[in-house]
Amino acid sequence: MTDPFLRPSVLPPLTGVLAAGARTAAMTKNCHNDYKMKFTTDEEFPDLSLHNNHMAKVLTKEIYEKLRSKSTPSGFTVDDVIQTGVDNPGHPFIMTVGCVAGDEESYEVFKELLDPVISDRHGGYKPTDKHKTDLNFENLKGGDDLDPNYVLSSRVRTGRSIKGFTLPPHNSRGERRAIQNLSIEALSSLEGEFKGKYYPLDGMTDAEQEQLIADHFLFDKPVSPLLTCAGMARDWPDARGIWHNDNKTFLVWVNEEDHLRVISMQKGGNMKEVFKRFCVGLQKIEEIFKKHNHGFMWNEHLGYILTCPSNLGTGLRGGVHVKLPKLSTHAKFEEILTRLRLQKRGTGGVDTASVGGVFDISNADRLGSSEVEQVQLVVDGVKLMVEMEKKLEKGESIDGMIPAQK
Amino acid sequence: MPSPSLIESKGFVLLTAFTFFPEGPNAYLKYHLFFISHFYLCSSEYPDLRQHNNCMASNLTPAIYAKLCDKTTPNGYTLDQAIQTGVDNPGHPFIKTVGMVAGDEESYEVFADLLDPIIKERHNGYDPCVMKHPTDLDSSKIHSGQFDDRYVLSSRVRTGRSIRGLSLPPACTRAERREVERVVVDALAGLKGDLTGRYYSLTQMTEKEQQQLIDDHFLFDKPVSPLLTCAGMARDWPDARGIWHNNEKTFLIWINEEDHTRVISMEKGGNMKRVFDRFCRGLKEVERLIQERGWEFMWNERLGYILTCPSNLGTGLRAGVHVKLPLLSKDPRFSKILDNLRLQKRGTGGVDTAAVGGVFDISNLDRLGQSEVQLVQTVVDGVNYLIECEKRLERGQDIKVPPPIKQFK
Repeated sequence: MTDPFLRPSVLPPLTGVLAAGARTAAMTKNCHNDYKMKFTTDEEFPDLSLHNNHMAKVLTKEIYEKLRSKSTPSGFTVDDVIQTGVDNPGHPFIMTVGCVAGDEESYEVFKELLDPVISDRHGGYKPTDKHKTDLNFENLKGGDDLDPNYVLSSRVRTGRSIKGFTLPPHNSRGERRAIQNLSIEALSSLEGEFKGKYYPLDGMTDAEQEQLIADHFLFDKPVSPLLTCAGMARDWPDARGIWHNDNKTFLVWVNEEDHLRVISMQKGGNMKEVFKRFCVGLQKIEEIFKKHNHGFMWNEHLGYILTCPSNLGTGLRGGVHVKLPKLSTHAKFEEILTRLRLQKRGTGGVDTASVGGVFDISNADRLGSSEVEQVQLVVDGVKLMVEMEKKLEKGESIDGMIPAQK
Repeated sequence: MPSPSLIESKGFVLLTAFTFFPEGPNAYLKYHLFFISHFYLCSSEYPDLRQHNNCMASNLTPAIYAKLCDKTTPNGYTLDQAIQTGVDNPGHPFIKTVGMVAGDEESYEVFADLLDPIIKERHNGYDPCVMKHPTDLDSSKIHSGQFDDRYVLSSRVRTGRSIRGLSLPPACTRAERREVERVVVDALAGLKGDLTGRYYSLTQMTEKEQQQLIDDHFLFDKPVSPLLTCAGMARDWPDARGIWHNNEKTFLIWINEEDHTRVISMEKGGNMKRVFDRFCRGLKEVERLIQERGWEFMWNERLGYILTCPSNLGTGLRAGVHVKLPLLSKDPRFSKILDNLRLQKRGTGGVDTAAVGGVFDISNLDRLGQSEVQLVQTVVDGVNYLIECEKRLERGQDIKVPPPIKQFK
C-alpha cells in the first residue's frame, strides 16, 4: 500500500532527527539482550575454533563475559559487534577485522574487545595514543609530477559518519533517510568546481544508471557476506544514493558501508590536485553539517569514527592505478611495498586481481598518522617505484634503490 | 481517557477530533502532540514497499505499522525484525512470497494485527480469528495409499516442529540453538526398531560422512536464499546444526535449519501409506520422548503447529511424490487439474526448480485448516487421478478436468 502523503522524502530531516532521539530514549534497554542473560557465558560463547580474523584472535570468554551484559545507549550489544566475524571464519591468508561498530559509543562500551583489535590491525596503536588530523593540502610536498605514462589515475577516498545517528550495521530506516536528507542539503549547496547532482538509488532513470556504471561511479547492493552479515544491506536501496560534481572529479556515496564515502579522483598522476580537491570539498561539507548540529564523528584518540575499525583515524585510502609490469614480478616487490608502507590491490579494488600489470597502489596505514603524511607516503613511494620500473625496463638493477623501512 | 480515531482512506491519514478532555486544553495538546509525533516517528520508519510483491507488503498499512512498531515479544523480538526479510526481498511479479517470519511463539500474538491477515491471504481464506485447526496423525485412516510404481518414483512426507520455550531460528541465540540440538538429539537417541539411527553434527562430521550424506541427498547447506539470510537464519553457521537419520535411511531430521526441526519420511517407489505410517509413528515417538524430559512442541488450536514461516503453520506438512507425467504435463488442462485437486507442482530439485524428463514433484497446496490425514488423503486421491489421466492419454483416450474439491472440510 502506498502512502504518498507520508512518503519519507517529503518529511523534513527534523522528523528523522526526532526519530533518532526518541528511539534512543526509548531503547536504553535492549530487551533481547536482557533475555539472553539468563543463559551462561559458556552456553552463548561462539565457536571460533576455525576462525582467522582479528576478533576471533582477541575475544576470550573473560572478555565476552564482561561485555555481554552491556549495550550502547541505542541498544547495540557485543553479539551485534561480532556477528560478522562469527559468520565469516575468514581465510588463512587474509586477516579480516571480524567486528563492526553500531554507533559512536561502541568504541567506548566495548573497549575491552575493540582496543586490542585496533592495536592488532593498526600496528600496535595503544589505547593512550593520540591521532593527528591534518587536512591542510598545502602541507603535501610534490605530488604533481607523477609520470602519466605510468600513473593512469589518482584517487583519494575517506569516510565520514554523522554525529547523532547510529552506523549502517544498526541504523533504522528513519535514521538512514535523515542522513540522506542532510547530505543532499549539504551537497546541493556546493558551488564552483563542486557543483553537482544527487542520484538516489531507488529513483534513477535507466539512462542515469548506465551513465553512472560507465563512469565507474555506481555502487551496488553489497554482496560480500562480510557486510551483509553485519546488517549493512538492510532495506536496500532505501535512502542510498550517489552524488557527484559536474566535472566527475568529486563523488560522495551515501549510506553504503558508512554514512558517507567521499572520493576525489581524476585521470593521470596529479595527486596534488586530487588531494587539494579532497581537502577543500570535505571541509566545505563539514561546515554545513556542523551548522545543523550534526558534525562528523571524531575524537582525539581514534580520529574519524567509521563502521569498520580498519578505517579509523583518517579513513583515508589514497592511491593510484600504475603500470608496473616488471617491478610487480620482481622478487623484492612485496618487500618494497612493505617498507614504503604501501599495499597493492587489483584494479577492481579490494580482493580483485591486477590486469595487464596495472596495480592499485595505496597507503597501508589509517590510524596513527595524518592525511597529509599518508598521502605523502603514496606520492613518494609511487614516484620511487616508477623510477624502479624504468630502470628495470633498461635492464638495470634496482638493488641500490631499495628503500629503508619508513 | 480520550481516544483518537484514525481513518485511513486512499493512503491519506486523518486524525479526527478528540471527543472528551477532562484535564483541559493542556492535556489535549500534550496528548495530541505526543500522538502526532509518535505517528510521524513511525512514518519516518515506515518501509518503502512500492516495488514490493509479497504478503507482508500487501497487508502492512502505515496504521498497522504505527500500532505495532514499538511492541516487542517478551524475548525482545520486534516488528522491524519480523518484516526485514520482506523489506529486503521485494519479490517477483509471478511469485508471491510471504515476506515475514516469526522470531518466537509469541510473535504470532503480539503481531497478530499483521500476521492474521497475512495468514488468511496465504492460506486461501483460513481465518485465524474464528477458525480452528484440526490435528490428526492417525495414518490408519489413509486408503488407496499405494501408487503404481511404474509412475511414482518416490514418496515423501515432511513437516517441521518447534520446541516450546526456545526462540525460533530468526531470533534464537547460540545458547538456545544449542539447547534445541541437545533436546532433540537426546530424544532421537531413544528411537528403536526401524527408527534406530544416528546424529551427524555439521561441525563435527568427517569428510567421509559428509560425502555419504551428499550422495544420499540428505545433506543441507548453509542457506543462500536471501529470503532466509535476510531473516537472520544463517547466523553462527554451522554451530548446533546437524542431520539425524535412521539406519534404513527412511526417516530423517534436520536440526536448526529454517525451523528447529524438519522431519522427513521417504522411500523409493509409491508406498505413500507406509511413508505416512512411519512419519506419524516417528513423530509421535519423538514427541513422547521430549515430553518425558519436560519439553513439548509449539502448538495451539488457532494455528496448529507453530513454525518460523507463516506459510508452514497448521500441519507444516508437504506430502508429495516424484511422478512421471510426460503426456499429462503437456496437456493445456494440467494446471487446472492440479488446482482443482488442490495440488501443486515443483521441479524435482524442490521449490523453484524445473521438471526434468517429464518427472514432477506433486504435493499438497494447503497446510492450515485441514488435518495431516486429510491432506495426505488429498494427495493420494489426486495423484491416483493424475496417473489415471496419464494412462488414458497413453491409450489415446480423453481426460476430464475434475470438479474443484472443497477446501475446508
